[in-house]
Amino acid sequence: MAEYNAMDTAAFKGVWVFCEQREGAIQTISYQLLSEGRKLANDLGVELCGVVMGSEVNEGYVKALGGYGADRVYYIDSPLLKTYTTDGYAKVLCDLVQDKKPEIVLIGATNLGRDLGPRCAARLHTGLTADCTHLDVDVEKYKGFLRETSNIDVENTAFEENTNLKMTRPAFGGHLMATIICPRFRPQMSTVRPGVMQTQPFDEAGMNKVVIEKITPALTAEDIHVQVLDVKKSARKMVDLIGADVVVSVGRGISADPKKGIALAEELAGALGGVVGASRAVTDADWLPSDHQVGQTGKTVHPRIYVALGISGAIQHLAGMQDSETIIAVNKNASAPIFEAATYGVVGDLFKVLPDLIKEIKAIKAAQ
Amino acid sequence: MKAIVCVKQVPDTQGKVAVKPDGTMDRAAMATITNPDDLNAVEAALQLKEETGCEVIVVTMGPPPAEGMLRELMARGADRGVLVSGREFGGSDTFATSQILAAAVNKIGVGPEDIVFCGRQAIDGDTAQVGPQIAEKLHMPQVTYVTEIQKKADGLVVKRMLEDGYMEMKVQTPCLLTCIKELNQPRYMSVPGIFECYAKPLDIFDYNALKDDPLIETDTIGLKGSPTNVYKSFAPPVKGAGMMVESVSQLVGILNDKHLI
Repeated sequence: MAEYNAMDTAAFKGVWVFCEQREGAIQTISYQLLSEGRKLANDLGVELCGVVMGSEVNEGYVKALGGYGADRVYYIDSPLLKTYTTDGYAKVLCDLVQDKKPEIVLIGATNLGRDLGPRCAARLHTGLTADCTHLDVDVEKYKGFLRETSNIDVENTAFEENTNLKMTRPAFGGHLMATIICPRFRPQMSTVRPGVMQTQPFDEAGMNKVVIEKITPALTAEDIHVQVLDVKKSARKMVDLIGADVVVSVGRGISADPKKGIALAEELAGALGGVVGASRAVTDADWLPSDHQVGQTGKTVHPRIYVALGISGAIQHLAGMQDSETIIAVNKNASAPIFEAATYGVVGDLFKVLPDLIKEIKAIKAAQ
Repeated sequence: MKAIVCVKQVPDTQGKVAVKPDGTMDRAAMATITNPDDLNAVEAALQLKEETGCEVIVVTMGPPPAEGMLRELMARGADRGVLVSGREFGGSDTFATSQILAAAVNKIGVGPEDIVFCGRQAIDGDTAQVGPQIAEKLHMPQVTYVTEIQKKADGLVVKRMLEDGYMEMKVQTPCLLTCIKELNQPRYMSVPGIFECYAKPLDIFDYNALKDDPLIETDTIGLKGSPTNVYKSFAPPVKGAGMMVESVSQLVGILNDKHLI
């Protein structure tokens, strides 16, 4: 194995995406990250590699990663990697990083990716930025991003010209945005939540020319200090926020009567053919289970219609829904930040506004 | 047997957030609370104490006023506290923070049956990185997103939450667990606990107390030892507000005209 020194930044080249599989199926976050990684690799003029770990993963699935942008796939095959364990996956990923030396490693911020990423960053002695919502290497592109989305006076601000990965995420409890860099160590690691990056169309030519390198890892049962006894699916059906056409979300504004507020949101969602989402305040209070949460620490959605009921609109929440096509906000407080993100705003008490809104929408639907 | 719980005092970001002119958060101007997930970690340790009689030690890194939080946690039932505090530790990112906390846990001492508890993530940063990074520095197995813990003769059986279910696993001790709100309902301080908490021992670990640990080097802690730096921080641009509508009928009319419903 090549000698490893995380500070020897010049020795690191290439962009990697950890492509998570569960029960043999590649998770869709992997395609989103490959699409994003492709742009970064193009800007840097380097190779994009997917890393798949598992046991007897369908080779068609592995090859398909080329269709989403990978030039090369390292497929690490071992019965010990069939199901995720921190010890097994961290050892294999760290060994591979130390051997091949990529400059960027992207990992999906799933419950497993958020377990793997920090463990590896600590072992590799490098930085990790969690839950990024935007990534750039090119300074001009980063400036363009700031012009569109920030209050920074870009023309009168100095920017160092380098290709460090600029990792942007909501910070300070979601009240500000921060761009983080990891200038002295490699690889630069970041996690990204599912749904944040867009998957580019599948490209068959890419699939046909991808290079697959199958690797048998130096991993033994003694390396793994946990034993997975069982993996069970929840009996309750999870809400599909990311795939929904319409999302009706409730916030702290329902606190006067959470049950009634949620019932009204469900009725409106039913009338519009959508599902119910929630702000963090609502899931923290256990008024709805956490799979309903929209926001930086929940799901990122871009539905055709997003309805925000009694949600003030902290950056934390906006990060998860501001790219929705049409945003309708109902809030008692006329100066709530949500009205700045909204296409249409109604100032009023959701308990009073909703019954009328549901009635009128149902009447129109009935007439259609 | 010991249960060592790493906790953090955080600004109450649910309340009013104060921002300094340079765009960073004005922590001094904001109310502080114990990080919510950390209360679940403390509760898990206290339940383990009820079951096994183990000692519960709460550890935090922060400025001297964080002692108040440790006293509150001792009023809930923790046996002693450790405040890790020093100028040298300031400006640490998650990597550097985990170096320091791991050194503090080493100084407390980890026995074969011991468990380190953390909350999954803190509400000011939401990274969920410090727990796994401490586990790596201590060379112990970790389980994150823990929703259930059973103590067995030869280790623990725990459930960890997945997006669509859970994983049940057996883990050897010593180990580190990160806890989520589904794990338990944190107890309140008790009246006798409040009376006793100021008599319980509280150690302060400063730079000198930890400097002999190999994890503590000038280039692995504090701002200088942090691999990540803030490059820019900013607020979103002031956008023109959307169209405010006067009535539900007007809104429904527009939505209908635009074929949105």
